[in-house]
Amino acid sequence: MTPARMRKLAWHALVLAILVVMLYPLVWMLASSLKPSREIVTSVALIPQTWEWSNYAAALEPRVGVPVWRFFLNTTLISAGAVVGNVLTCSLAAYAFARLRFRLRTPMFAFMLVTIMLPYHVVLIPQYTIFQQLGMVDTFWPLVLPKFLATDAFFVFLMVQFVRQLPQDLDEAARIDGCGPFRIFTLVILPLLRPALITTAIFTFIWTWNDFFQQLIYLSSPDNYTLPLALRLFVDTQESVANFGPMFALSVLSMLPVLLFFAAFQRYLIDGMATSGLKG
Amino acid sequence: MTTTSTRSAARRSRRRSGTYGDHPATGYLFLSPWILGALLLFLGPMLASLYLSFTDYDLFSTPNWIGLENYERMLTDDPRFGNSVLATVRFVVFGVPIQLAAALGVALLLNRASRMSGVYRSAFYAPSLLGGSVALALVWRSLFTADGPADQLSGLFGMPSRGWVNDPQLALAVLVLLIVWQFGAPMVIFLAGLKQIPQELYDAAAVDGANAWQRFRSITVPMLSPVIFFNLVLNTINAFQVFNAAFVVSGGTGGPSDTTLFYTLYLWRKGFVEFNMGYASAMAWVLLLGIALVTVLIFRSARSWVHYAGEKR
Repeated sequence: MTPARMRKLAWHALVLAILVVMLYPLVWMLASSLKPSREIVTSVALIPQTWEWSNYAAALEPRVGVPVWRFFLNTTLISAGAVVGNVLTCSLAAYAFARLRFRLRTPMFAFMLVTIMLPYHVVLIPQYTIFQQLGMVDTFWPLVLPKFLATDAFFVFLMVQFVRQLPQDLDEAARIDGCGPFRIFTLVILPLLRPALITTAIFTFIWTWNDFFQQLIYLSSPDNYTLPLALRLFVDTQESVANFGPMFALSVLSMLPVLLFFAAFQRYLIDGMATSGLKG
Repeated sequence: MTTTSTRSAARRSRRRSGTYGDHPATGYLFLSPWILGALLLFLGPMLASLYLSFTDYDLFSTPNWIGLENYERMLTDDPRFGNSVLATVRFVVFGVPIQLAAALGVALLLNRASRMSGVYRSAFYAPSLLGGSVALALVWRSLFTADGPADQLSGLFGMPSRGWVNDPQLALAVLVLLIVWQFGAPMVIFLAGLKQIPQELYDAAAVDGANAWQRFRSITVPMLSPVIFFNLVLNTINAFQVFNAAFVVSGGTGGPSDTTLFYTLYLWRKGFVEFNMGYASAMAWVLLLGIALVTVLIFRSARSWVHYAGEKR
């Protein structure tokens, strides 16, 4: 074996060794979802001594009187709404900021950058009061409506950067052909913006799916619970150790959509993040 | 540099719009959702929460103006507030640098042409994707619970086992480990930065007889310093606002002995458990000021260690 080949093998071995440590918690979760609850806390071994497939059936049993599929549906509805809202309104705003001329553009753009840096907590309580006044607390509206108002300024910024890279000659040509701003946006900009739109859609989906804080604040009746809220019930209940198996089974199930999304789009995700500095 | 290019771009587009007649209202029309959101969900609420921070607002009755009382109470009469600041600062101070070091370490390791690079990169990134989720926080809690895997491991080294999450000295470490483990996002950004460093620099240094450590010290770190700076600012700001992990791992309490009572967790308790919305608003403004202060300090320090290409020293 040549020294270069040896070095290469050593490199693979080192990377894989670190990966094994890194991925241990995920594998442990998967293994635990297939163990009897007693065995989870007493054994470090990954392969279950007894395969407890019934954990998955138990995980799907109704919780606080609500069928578990309902939590999946609620989470899906909120995530889908957030994706549609973000893609639609953030791209509109980005086009305006990047291409159109109007007097207040610069101060508005500056304010948008400020909202990226602003801790959410500063607007949290008045926002809550507003939604309370509108009678929207304990509905999905507070979680979805803001996305239709382009409040995720990060994605506006991402798309502004992207639109700025597109050659202006394209707009120009369309303008000469008689297109107004709206048709330029839909026929020229939007199709070219696709990679940024996909990045936005995937991140919005995953972040909304994993979100907990806002759901905790706005959703109170079990019928409206999302997966994170349902999972949290396992923390509250005293007999949680006895429920470890089903808890991990539901955790695995709740992560599946995110992992599938990741597997399907990881190239977009990682490239999009490297160029924009997006956070995971 | 940036201002000139924006200005010339502006001039260009002004000329164009002059020629082809952009209607000035079009911009506002396209921006109308954002304008509505910025006014109703940001600008208005910011002013409102500033006002509320000087009141005793409890969500149900009309707020009464109490001046600086909330702020005074924070500083003089609320030990839990002090605990929450301490827990958060410790979390940031330990978590962020270790996380970035891990990110840089693995990025250096992965910065090598191989057919497997893409697969490895994705695998290292996966935890970051799930890291903020309740499901993963539950896993973390169980890993470090009494007699859990971490306990059994530390038992091998003769440490008493009562569960890391129940031990005031270790509970915070559990959360630090969780954020360190999610180094995927800064790692990907580091990898992109490493690709920008010209190979000639390393070749020249090798000819001069510099060893690997010297090359890392005098080429990689200075060339990468803008990216390190970017990651430092971003991850510090985010770490100050961590909530899910502390909530789930401590069961919403911030225990043991408030060692994991993160700022946002305490703010949530004040606002949405005790309905002390005025106090919570004041806490939000202190958080904003704290983050702004730390960001300014990092920017200040950057002058001495961040080097931009083409900049004279």
